Amino acid sequence: MNFDELFGHLGQHTVDGLAKGSIYALVALGYTLVYGVLKLINFAHSEVFMIGTFAVLGVWNLLGADGTQGVAMTLLLLAAGLLGGALASGATAVAVERVAYRRLRQLNAPPLIFLITAIGISMVLSETFGIWQGRLVVGMPTLIKQKVAFTIFGTEVTNTQLITIVAALVMMFALDQFINRTRYGRGVRAVAQNPDAAALMGVNKDRVIMLIFLLGGLLAGAAALLYSVRYGNTRFNVGFLLGLKAFTAAVLGGIGNLRGALLGGLLLGVVEVYAATLTQSNWEDVAAFVVLVVVLLFRPTGLLGESLGRARA
Amino acid sequence: MLLELQDVTLKYGRIEALHGISLQVEEGEIVALIGANGAGKTSTMRAVSGLNPLASGKIVFNGEDISTLRADLRVIKGICQSPEGRGVFPGMTVRENLDMGAYTRRDSAGIAADLERVFGLFPRLLERAKQAAGTLSGGEQQMLAVGRALMSRPKLLLLDEPSMGLAPMIIQQIFDIITEINQQGTTVLLVEQNAQQALSRAHRGYVLETGAIVKAGTGQDLLTDPAVKEAYLGVA
Repeated sequence: MNFDELFGHLGQHTVDGLAKGSIYALVALGYTLVYGVLKLINFAHSEVFMIGTFAVLGVWNLLGADGTQGVAMTLLLLAAGLLGGALASGATAVAVERVAYRRLRQLNAPPLIFLITAIGISMVLSETFGIWQGRLVVGMPTLIKQKVAFTIFGTEVTNTQLITIVAALVMMFALDQFINRTRYGRGVRAVAQNPDAAALMGVNKDRVIMLIFLLGGLLAGAAALLYSVRYGNTRFNVGFLLGLKAFTAAVLGGIGNLRGALLGGLLLGVVEVYAATLTQSNWEDVAAFVVLVVVLLFRPTGLLGESLGRARA
Repeated sequence: MLLELQDVTLKYGRIEALHGISLQVEEGEIVALIGANGAGKTSTMRAVSGLNPLASGKIVFNGEDISTLRADLRVIKGICQSPEGRGVFPGMTVRENLDMGAYTRRDSAGIAADLERVFGLFPRLLERAKQAAGTLSGGEQQMLAVGRALMSRPKLLLLDEPSMGLAPMIIQQIFDIITEINQQGTTVLLVEQNAQQALSRAHRGYVLETGAIVKAGTGQDLLTDPAVKEAYLGVA
């Protein structure tokens, strides 16, 4: 166990964990939004993220990104990547809901059927991309060369870490405001807290459900851009492990709770980086899922433990 | 005629809960539906508000067939229900719950006026405006459920068991307010186990037994009907 390395550069590893966790948090929001309203674990959400990364890659290839462009072009590529990723992921999420889940809701299908359908859709999407894009890792152009943006208390924060963490916090804040302060957000909370009463107040449940899938998809698309900037590659099954970890993050924070997803994501990222540092990366994934098991054993409602229904400002 | 149910049947799975209910509500009336537990009172309400689809029959509201209209669209037509068990949104404040009642409306001046009216009817809600609805007492939640339904400015207010689980004094107060709401021009269809209160306030009433209407009449007639007395008013 390499304790010297971990505690020698604790700040560095913490920032790295927060950056990693920011991506988990954005994807976790998609699980938590859907769960908060439908009490459904949408396992296809990992593929919503995966399709976002391929859309980012597609947009960058289309615009001829090669890692040598200037600052203005880099900003344009980031914006275009965000737009492409968010649109592709958002559209995928809405399509999955429309094709698979809406019909099941109309049939009043039991929860197990939803779960099996979610896993099935996840496999269909992932394998489709495996055939279409190949099963190997696909490299992406390096858009931003890592360099130290600033140093705080002896801890160096790189430009990509800074972008990732700030972008995740901004989007989280925007979502929180949307859910807690706007009329549509109130409609979402109403359906989460009491679907029948919400209908009696004139809330169109199907539209609310479409909205939360869209929001979750848009955030997953944003996460896909941040992932692409940070890791510079993707693969047909990139969503599998990341999706499971984001789901873990959502459970850790309290599934159905928006702020819990943020907390859980950041915490999980930090735990993983610490574990990776201690064990030369061997036990990174083990640590993540040990966290899941421990949370489920001792605090099944998660750290913040509220549902979307009860979570409020 | 504001509301008319024509031979409405309703099923949960294979079990028929309503076997051909027909009833009418005239504009300006309070109509009470009384009956024992499981007689189909709540099912009738859910049929009118659109939470459960009809197996057969027809519901006409304001001259329009709404039998297959979605529940949220019936609110826009002017039907609003305060559901059984109150159904407030526990994590929202009292004020947010009332705003939910006005969800389909865009006329902010009218909404503000109605909010004032609701606070006038239920001063208690004004005191608790910023409190989470889940922390209110049962009586306060009932007031909130009625106030919230009023915020949609309904033509027809559906009240499902407004007295359930409340202390006698609060029940009296709730029924006083229902009468007042009616006098201000809102038609009320009311479901109650508290037959005494409901029939004494209502213009007309229907008696439901195992999914069918067995008696109809004015509130006074039903109050003095020997069979109704014996079955629902606890008088031999």
